[in-house]
Amino acid sequence: MADEQKPGGSEAPPPPGGGAAGPPAKPAAPPKPAAAAGHPAPPKPPATMAATPWDSDLTRELKERFGDRIVETSTYLGQNFIVTKPDAAVTVLEYLKLEADFDYLVDVTAVDWPKRPERFDLVYIVYSFARNERVRIKTYIAEGHKPETAVGVHLTANWLEREVFDMFGIEFDGHPDMRRILLPEDWQGHPLRKDYSILQQDQRWVQENMNIESGQ
Amino acid sequence: MPDTTFLDSTELVLNMGPQHPSTHGVLRVILKLDGEKIMGTECIIGYLHRGVEKIAENRTYAQFNPYVDRMDYVAAISNGLGYCLAVEKLLNVEAPPRAQAVRVILTELNRIASHLLWLGTHALDIGAITPVFYCLREREEALKIFEKYCGARLTTHAFRIGGLLYETYEGFEQEVRDFCDMFLPKVDEYEELLTSNRIWVGRLKNIGVLTAEECKEYGVTGPMLRAAGVKWDLRKAQPYSGYEKYEFDIPTGQNADTYDRYLVRMEEMRQSVRIMRQAVANIPEGPVMGKVGKVIKPAVGEAYVSIEAPKGELGYYVVSDGSTQPYRCRVRPPSFVNLQALDRMVRGGLVADIVAVIGTLDIVLGEVDR
Repeated sequence: MADEQKPGGSEAPPPPGGGAAGPPAKPAAPPKPAAAAGHPAPPKPPATMAATPWDSDLTRELKERFGDRIVETSTYLGQNFIVTKPDAAVTVLEYLKLEADFDYLVDVTAVDWPKRPERFDLVYIVYSFARNERVRIKTYIAEGHKPETAVGVHLTANWLEREVFDMFGIEFDGHPDMRRILLPEDWQGHPLRKDYSILQQDQRWVQENMNIESGQ
Repeated sequence: MPDTTFLDSTELVLNMGPQHPSTHGVLRVILKLDGEKIMGTECIIGYLHRGVEKIAENRTYAQFNPYVDRMDYVAAISNGLGYCLAVEKLLNVEAPPRAQAVRVILTELNRIASHLLWLGTHALDIGAITPVFYCLREREEALKIFEKYCGARLTTHAFRIGGLLYETYEGFEQEVRDFCDMFLPKVDEYEELLTSNRIWVGRLKNIGVLTAEECKEYGVTGPMLRAAGVKWDLRKAQPYSGYEKYEFDIPTGQNADTYDRYLVRMEEMRQSVRIMRQAVANIPEGPVMGKVGKVIKPAVGEAYVSIEAPKGELGYYVVSDGSTQPYRCRVRPPSFVNLQALDRMVRGGLVADIVAVIGTLDIVLGEVDR
């Protein structure tokens, strides 16, 4: 079983910039084959998203404007997404809002890939009423990296980024009100990180505030 | 001696909720008041946080399906539809035509049920006791159809990934038709009670204005955006589940105030009846379940699918790592995003208006907190 040298393979996250090689081929990401877990898995699903390159007026415009800060422009299942360098995400959002009518920030969220050097996907979903088109802006950030806030571009980002901070511990630089939003302010831990178990809780908080040994 | 006397107005901080009947759940709002004028607000939310998105990562795709009903529990069917569509997108399958038609009927029925609960409680908050009884009476009829169809009234789990589990029951079409016939005159009845009522108009006109520009800034969608004059509805803009086959209008308002949002929602109920009538007249024959394996295992990838829920754009961003459980399932809740605009809507207004504005936001705290 040649696959066994890759521990915990089935959970191996897609490497950043993966997919069917976006136009500016990034040296960091040679598409790696999927590694199956300990047991022999007959039909191996591809470990990376089978995205195809997305080429349009908009992507050309963006590449011309931002050069290699646009890492990848792809489409998967008919949904377009743009991968940018971490420092470019908010600038791209602003450009899309001012120059391309993407005036509605639908959502900001994150995905945790603990085994990857750039641990988090930070995902912005924007929509344009004029074009009736939706685009995802993704960027890969490392643990401890403080991405710039998007509140200056879209006011919606305020609560959405607070939720990302609450759930993932990603702090946004320049955010006007970087506090937890759903969990109590003195709660320890960020539940949507993959190393936070589903049964885990802040025992101290539960004992002090609810006067019970455990909420379980 | 301090040079202020008790007659000087100083800022007063007033706590509203979390246990307050007009907050529709456990919303806590801290109000900063200058006399009766609201100088600022802060929402404290999270009392109903159950970690739904974390639960999703620890359940299979099918196991997570019932959980989504518990977010916006007054529009559970809409929640289920959004989730099923998102996973179907990841699997790249579509529900068969018959399932799609039944889904549309039940989802529109649920939109009516959700709007009825909004109307009843909104009127109750303003001080009109009567409408809530009428609204709940008609909502009951809708819930009876849900109960007959899938056994549950509130958290229905009506749809399955790939289509439907249950065929429609004997007489389903007739009951939906009867509901439509019964319900349309009732909407006029509610309007007779409220639309030109002096107190109702006085409490709602020019209250909680949120212009189209502000709506877009805050990401506010649904009836609130339409009342600001933006003719945008996901059922028309990016049709799903066969909505492109049905004729209906998108009601809009002009003044972007609480009164216009009331009118928009009333008209939406009529439009829902219109959609249901078209759908029920022409439910295609055929299977109700698509070609989906017993074990749902989408390929590695991600998808964002959103629908027009009664409250606005409800989206699911699902990431698959190729296993049987979602690697990440993000819910884009309309209530949460819309609630953020509360401060903008009430600032500078009177303290009594905050009740009207919370009512017009039509939030469900189960969805805000997830």
